Amino acid sequence: MHDKTLAELTRSLETREFSSRELTQHLLGRIDRLDGKLNSFITVTYDQALAAADAADATRAAGKAGPLTGLPLALKDIFCTRDVKTTAGSRMLDNFVSPYDASVVEKLAAAGTVSLGKNNMDEFAMGSSNENSHYGPVKNPWDLAAVPGGSSGGSAAAVAAGLVPAAIGTDTGGSIRQPAAFCGITGLKPTYGRVSRYGMIAYASSLDQAGPMARSSEDCALLLNAMAGHDLRDSTCVQRGVPDYTEELGTALAGLKIGLPSEYFGDGLDPQVETAVRDAIKVFESLGASVREVSLPHTHYAIPAYYVIAPAEASSNLSRFDGVRFGYRCDNPADLIDLYKRSRAEGFGDEVKRRILIGTHTLSEGFFDAYYKKAQQVRRLIRQDFLDAFEEVDVLMGPASPTPAFDLGANKDPVSMYLQDIYTIAVNLAGIPGMSVPAGFVGSRPVGLQILGSHFTEARLLNVAHQFQQATDWHRQHPAFAEENA
Amino acid sequence: MALEHADVQRAAHLARLGLTDDEAARYVNDLGRILEMVDLLQALDTEGVAPLAHPLDVTQRLRADEVTESDQRNRFQRCAPAVEDGLYLVPRVVE
Repeated sequence: MHDKTLAELTRSLETREFSSRELTQHLLGRIDRLDGKLNSFITVTYDQALAAADAADATRAAGKAGPLTGLPLALKDIFCTRDVKTTAGSRMLDNFVSPYDASVVEKLAAAGTVSLGKNNMDEFAMGSSNENSHYGPVKNPWDLAAVPGGSSGGSAAAVAAGLVPAAIGTDTGGSIRQPAAFCGITGLKPTYGRVSRYGMIAYASSLDQAGPMARSSEDCALLLNAMAGHDLRDSTCVQRGVPDYTEELGTALAGLKIGLPSEYFGDGLDPQVETAVRDAIKVFESLGASVREVSLPHTHYAIPAYYVIAPAEASSNLSRFDGVRFGYRCDNPADLIDLYKRSRAEGFGDEVKRRILIGTHTLSEGFFDAYYKKAQQVRRLIRQDFLDAFEEVDVLMGPASPTPAFDLGANKDPVSMYLQDIYTIAVNLAGIPGMSVPAGFVGSRPVGLQILGSHFTEARLLNVAHQFQQATDWHRQHPAFAEENA
Repeated sequence: MALEHADVQRAAHLARLGLTDDEAARYVNDLGRILEMVDLLQALDTEGVAPLAHPLDVTQRLRADEVTESDQRNRFQRCAPAVEDGLYLVPRVVE
């Protein structure tokens, strides 16, 4: 039962093939046996999971089950969970037991899902390989020598390894899509503001967005149905009706206009990744879509703009970790300044410090106009590129990442690590939705096809991905790791 | 724009981040290379382009000025490193 999609699991629960408790116990057992090798969980919530599963079974017995009742999932450890440790992958929060639930957590619990625990991640979501976690790196179940991607690397690895059928991640510059690509699963970053950020530990507030990571596009649609919607507690969460994201699944793709950004097929793209992506695009042509080349001329400015905006926002957001109200406090502070400085020096890891320093520097007196204001102006140009492209085509497609998963320890240099996000980062600056869908392999390592749409077109993206998954079986491939150890 | 050791120490102080001189020296190199990459932005003419702060160009919603939260101080202070009588304890600031 560990390789089924949410939709399939629901059918099994409906026919009483197994109960949510049996399913939950089975998966908790797999986590116990297998996660020692992957390190994809920071916290496993055994008791809460079994209690939620029993409640879900009772709901079903009473005839009140909804589409997600009794389905297990896991949460990136960036979502606050009441009375459960919430670390954001940081030593700073190693002792933090949240007094409240994030809105997303509340909504998913209300929908009857069963959380098995909290997934490992790059510290404060800063990273592209999950090597920046205080809790150690996560391994890619397709190849234990490879990274799972980041920052939602634990979530992606857990889904790929059959430890949990779905997980909730966050994406600030590609942190859902790139690990989904590296681990051969399906991930969606919704439009900025589509899902509440309340209770999601902030990294870069104008870019952060939560989204589903699962084994199929249909599953992502089911989860987004429960996650999306207005929230009074997040003032950037949009006031806009939530469609039923499963409703468009099944719409034929005849006439769909696909744009291929020429900048996404240039230098630096691994030729075997390109072959897999171009083969996937041929599948869409066979389904009746038309393909043309488009241009996103400011693509090369996206990483520079991001590495001004995101660290600037991070330096402000992370100022709350001061050793006074919650989180890590150093021993024997000499005075208040020493308490702040040493608590933060000892509590934060290297990459987090780097971004706090960059952000503080670029926001400081005399540098603001040259960096932050300039980056915000460039951000408008980057968004305009996408708006112009969507005048001509319905969706954009390309690789989610220039390479398949790289080896653990292979990217030691911060700037070369940043350049990994070349195809995902502009999407967050523009605020548009994007998906990564399994589209083949390079050797044993998966390739992700990225699908982008204009603001609030999640339903279309989900259907486009769903149609592809009706015609292919890349998303049904499972790593030997999950089977040998089953 | 080149970055000096003093810039890193200044940013570290502003961010209340303790750095040894050795660490600062390492960050001069890392941060210098990041800023070099970021300096590509200067090549782009953005004259007359309005800065974009929110990707949807929406304004902040206002709510009525009413009390909506109840007092949960005790619960929220349970995760604090040191509290006494409902107050957060820090080293003495005023002699």
